[in-house]
Amino acid sequence: MLTATAAIAEEGQHTFSSGYRFVEMSGEELYNNVCRACHMLDAKGATGAGTYPSLAANPNLESPGYPVTMVIHGRRAMPPFGDMMNDAQIAAVVNYLRTHFGNNYTDAVTAQDVSDARH
Amino acid sequence: MQDEAAVLRRRDLLSLIGAMAGSAAMYHAMTSLGFASESRYRGPIRLEGNPKGASVLILGAGLAGMTAALELRNAGYQVQVLEFNGRAGGRNWTLRGGDSFTELGGATQTCEFEPGLYINPGPWRIPYHHRALLDYCRRLNVALEPFIQLNHNAYLHASRAFGGAPQRIRAVKADFQGHLSELLAKATQQGRLDEAVTKEDQEILLQALRSWGALDRNYNYSAGLFSSAYRGYASAPGGGLTAMPVPSDPVALSDILKSQLWRYLQNFASYNFQTTMFQPVGGMDMIGKAFAKELGDVIRTNARVTKIQQNDRCVTVTFVDTQKPAIVQTATADWCICTIPLTILSQLPLDVSPATKAAIDAVPYADAVKIGLQFKRRFWEEDNAIYGGISYTDLPIRQIAYPNTGYNRTGRGVLLGAYLFDGANAYEFSAMQPAARVARAVEFGSEIHPQYQSEFENGVAVAWHRVPFTLGCRATGRRMRASSITPISARSTAASCSPASTPPSCRPGRRARSCRRWMRSGGCMSAWCKHEALLHHRTDRFARVDCDRCYC
Repeated sequence: MLTATAAIAEEGQHTFSSGYRFVEMSGEELYNNVCRACHMLDAKGATGAGTYPSLAANPNLESPGYPVTMVIHGRRAMPPFGDMMNDAQIAAVVNYLRTHFGNNYTDAVTAQDVSDARH
Repeated sequence: MQDEAAVLRRRDLLSLIGAMAGSAAMYHAMTSLGFASESRYRGPIRLEGNPKGASVLILGAGLAGMTAALELRNAGYQVQVLEFNGRAGGRNWTLRGGDSFTELGGATQTCEFEPGLYINPGPWRIPYHHRALLDYCRRLNVALEPFIQLNHNAYLHASRAFGGAPQRIRAVKADFQGHLSELLAKATQQGRLDEAVTKEDQEILLQALRSWGALDRNYNYSAGLFSSAYRGYASAPGGGLTAMPVPSDPVALSDILKSQLWRYLQNFASYNFQTTMFQPVGGMDMIGKAFAKELGDVIRTNARVTKIQQNDRCVTVTFVDTQKPAIVQTATADWCICTIPLTILSQLPLDVSPATKAAIDAVPYADAVKIGLQFKRRFWEEDNAIYGGISYTDLPIRQIAYPNTGYNRTGRGVLLGAYLFDGANAYEFSAMQPAARVARAVEFGSEIHPQYQSEFENGVAVAWHRVPFTLGCRATGRRMRASSITPISARSTAASCSPASTPPSCRPGRRARSCRRWMRSGGCMSAWCKHEALLHHRTDRFARVDCDRCYC
């Protein structure tokens, strides 16, 4: 068992929000503090009785509307985060995903795109 | 689509039920283990049908599945239960020393608690009005003991108020009540309530406020022996030379308001948390174990369902043994009751209508994290005189819950060092590795109990989104599409009635209203009807999700 200090050190900097909504703003931090809970550090997901899909090199991310909608509304095992993140946060995390983990989609999503997708 | 119910096949209906029982089961195992509320439970279910050897396949050996199995078997059905885990119980689960748990992502924790100490990662308390569950505990000889929801001597803690010092619940409650009483007394005396309260009643009201709020003879909430008799003393009455009590100073109303400590008082007021609450002696899983013992080899563990198909005659479920996943097996029965969580059911090939499929896909599951911490000694009792109950804080850990058993013993003890749900922190903790979750719980908890620093030994942390058999903690009503779900319940009632006992009010097409009425009639017949309470709660609790989430 890691000592408490070592475990925290290994985890690195970690932000804790103070309310229902996330305070993390960058795509990387949002991924590491939120998405990683299910999709894991390497974004390859995990399988038990059901599966959290891999987001690594995932062709479903090609169309930005798909991940934006999933983050806002959720579906199946994916919880909705539309109430917990604002438009800029959702854009940031989607853009991070679409340009990391073997994904290379450079057409960035804007906060306005997210706002439009909410309705 | 408008007449979909009319053309549904019976097994279609059953699948619908299954979906509902599944989510309801999930909902309950984590939330409350509430099989029924007081107004609805009418005692053990009496099956009046004639099974004639009919078979029922039940998916999931949580409490919902095992309740169905128990009642149906007793009614003469041939019952088989398929369970994903290597144990029965589902979220009815306890971790003890030596237990090992591997979460999604691969991290394995082995609990290092001393023998006799435990943590319930899932449900942990049973309200007195969950009559059905209490009845099953009685029938299955599960011993209960009190669960302390309100301990006046536990803490309320606001990290940015009172210099970070935790306040005793007793004092905050008395002060809040006292200040409100004083305000109301002043308003009364100034004639501001004349329109609302008669003169005669005002006299009584003033008396009541003095008594309820501990006001002095001038109707002020002030420092003195009377208010101290409610909020506690600076020096309590004793014997000998120091026998005389010394009054304590109330906290100002403004400080309570600004600190937000008043937010926690609802945890002691709401119906779901009122005394008496219970816990099984020895751990929550004593209930699941009792069911499993009763059912014996009816339950097949390590069975992962991969497909559910149905036709007009039977239901066929495909599954693999998790130990030998290469070998695909099938089980067939006349009927099927499915309690598989919607997070998982939504990913399975399933013969249901598009509308039902959409409903199954649309129900999100909330996150929750529980962390158990073992300490060298029960310092909360020895140093702080806190025997059971819960301290609440605005720190990310949210709660510290003290063991409601083994009081006043020397030696080690285990606390619930964090219970996070429904909010950003739950995800932030889930995203960490288990050892870091434990370390953070120790770090935050030290702000309330500095003894953590020297007394902590080891801990376990369960993040429900990483639990392989649920992929989340419970169905949540947030953003739930009631319009898609309600018809399921209505149909499920229709489907669940045996021909002999179908009351006229539960024809397909009638909505939740008739469903509720029928549920209440309690004359249900077939398998998952034994889930009447679960099904009922499902519809009923949509509207009350905000309070449900709190008492898991």
